[in-house]
Amino acid sequence: MNKINPKEYNEYVQKKIPKPTFLKNSLWAFFIGGIICTFGQFIINFYKNMGLDKDGVSAATAITLVFLGAFFTGLGWYDKLGKRAGAGSIVPITGFANSIVSPAMEFKREGFIFGVAARMFTVAGPVLVYGYGSSVIVGLIYYLVKK
Amino acid sequence: MAVKKIGKQTVRLKNPPSIISTYSIVGPKEGDGPLKEYFDFILQDDLCGQKTWEKCESKILEDAIKMAIKNAQLSEKKVEYVLAGDLLNQIISSSFAVRNLGIPYFGLYGACSTMAESLSLGSMLIDGGYADYLVCATSSHFCTAERQFRFPLELGNQRPPTSQWTVTGAGAAVLSSNGLGPYITHVTTGKVVDAGIKDVNNMGAAMAPAAADTIIQHFKDTGYRIDDYDLIITGDLGIIGKEIAEEFITKAGYDISKIFTDCGIEIFDNERQDTHAGGSGCGCSASVFCGYIYKLLKDKTLNRVLLISTGALHSTTSSQQGESIPGIAHAVTISNTKE
Repeated sequence: MNKINPKEYNEYVQKKIPKPTFLKNSLWAFFIGGIICTFGQFIINFYKNMGLDKDGVSAATAITLVFLGAFFTGLGWYDKLGKRAGAGSIVPITGFANSIVSPAMEFKREGFIFGVAARMFTVAGPVLVYGYGSSVIVGLIYYLVKK
Repeated sequence: MAVKKIGKQTVRLKNPPSIISTYSIVGPKEGDGPLKEYFDFILQDDLCGQKTWEKCESKILEDAIKMAIKNAQLSEKKVEYVLAGDLLNQIISSSFAVRNLGIPYFGLYGACSTMAESLSLGSMLIDGGYADYLVCATSSHFCTAERQFRFPLELGNQRPPTSQWTVTGAGAAVLSSNGLGPYITHVTTGKVVDAGIKDVNNMGAAMAPAAADTIIQHFKDTGYRIDDYDLIITGDLGIIGKEIAEEFITKAGYDISKIFTDCGIEIFDNERQDTHAGGSGCGCSASVFCGYIYKLLKDKTLNRVLLISTGALHSTTSSQQGESIPGIAHAVTISNTKE
C-alpha cells in the first residue's frame, strides 16, 4: 500500500465522522440544565423562608445540591442523565459533585489512600486548579483597577 | 531457508494445525446482541461473583481456556503452551488467568490484534513441530478498559459518535497437530502503520490503514482471489474504520465488499444497544471468532475465512503526550481444507 499522508488522511477521516446531533443535544442540555437550576431556586426559596440570611442560603443551597449530585451518582443515575443532558448536567454544581464522587467510587478497590483519596480529583482537579488560579488573577486585576 | 514463507509477509503452513475446539464467554450486553445464540456462556453481570472487574476478566479468560481444553477432551497436562494476551497494563488478566494452570505460557501484547497474533504464533509453533496441543486465548472487559483508558463509569459524560464499546468477553481456541479441521493454513503478519490519527475516540480510523495494508498484502502474497474466501472479517474497526478499510482495499483493486464485515459491527446492534461505532477490544474478535465463526466453519456454512484482528498500539501516556496512534493488523486464513 502507498504511504499515507497524515494530513490528507485526517481530512479524509473528518468527512467520514457522523455529525453529533447538535440541536437535539443543545435542547437536552438546555432543559435538563434549566430544570436543575430551577430546582436550585426552589431550594433557595425554601431556605429563605426558613429564615436563613443571604450567605446562609447560598451555603445551604450549595450543600444540598452537592449532596444530591453525589447521592444520585452513588445510585448510578447521574451518568445516565449525563449521557443525554451533556453540559446540562455537567455545568451545574451537581455535575461537580459527580466528577468527584465517580472516581472515588471507581477506585475504592485500590484502597482508601491510593485509591479513593488519591484519585478523587482526577477529573475535578484541573477545574479546581484553573478555577482558583483564574479567580486569583481576576481578583488581583480587580484590586488594581479599583485602586 | 525459509521454505514456508511466501511473498513478503505471509507464511503457508506445511502441516496446517487444526482448531479442535473453542470456547467463548461474553458479558450481559454482548449476550443481548445479535450473536447471543452463538456464545457458549453469557455472564449474568459484569463481576461474575468476583470482587473487582480485573478479577472478573481474568476469571472469564481462565474459564474459557479450561472449557476449551475440556471440550477438546484433553487433560490440561497434555497442553504444551498457552499463548494469551489482553489490554490491561502488564497483561495481568492473562498472566493471572494461567497462574493456576501449570501450562507453559507466552504472554502476548498486540492490543486488540492479540487473538490473530496468538493464532499466528500458535499455528507456527505446531507447524514447526514444537508442540502438538496448545491454546490461544484473549480477553477484554468494558469496565477494566474504561477505567484504564478513559473515565470513571459513573461520570456523567457523553461519548462521541466515533467511540466504540469495549467488549466484555473472552475466547480460547485449542490448536492441534492432528484433527479434522478447520485448519489454519496461512498467516500474514502485519506491519505497524501510523496514519497520524490522534483522536483516542476514533480507533477505527487509526487502525483501518493497517487492516487494509495487511489484507492487500495477503492477497498479493498468496495469490488468492476474492472468490476463494467466504468471509473476510476484521477485529474491531467499527463502522467508520470498516468503511475506510474497504475503500482503501477497493482502490488497490480488490473488491471485497460482498464478503467483508467486522466483528465489532456484528457483535452489537448499534442502534438499540447504543454502542455508537461498534464493539472493540481483544475480546471482540476472540469471542466472535470462537463463538460465531468457528461454529459456521464447523457446520460448513463457511469454508474459508480470513480473520484479521486489528490493534491500536497506544497507551494513555503516549496519547497525553500528543503522540499519534499506530495501528496493526494480523491475518490468519482458516479453512475446512488443508489447501
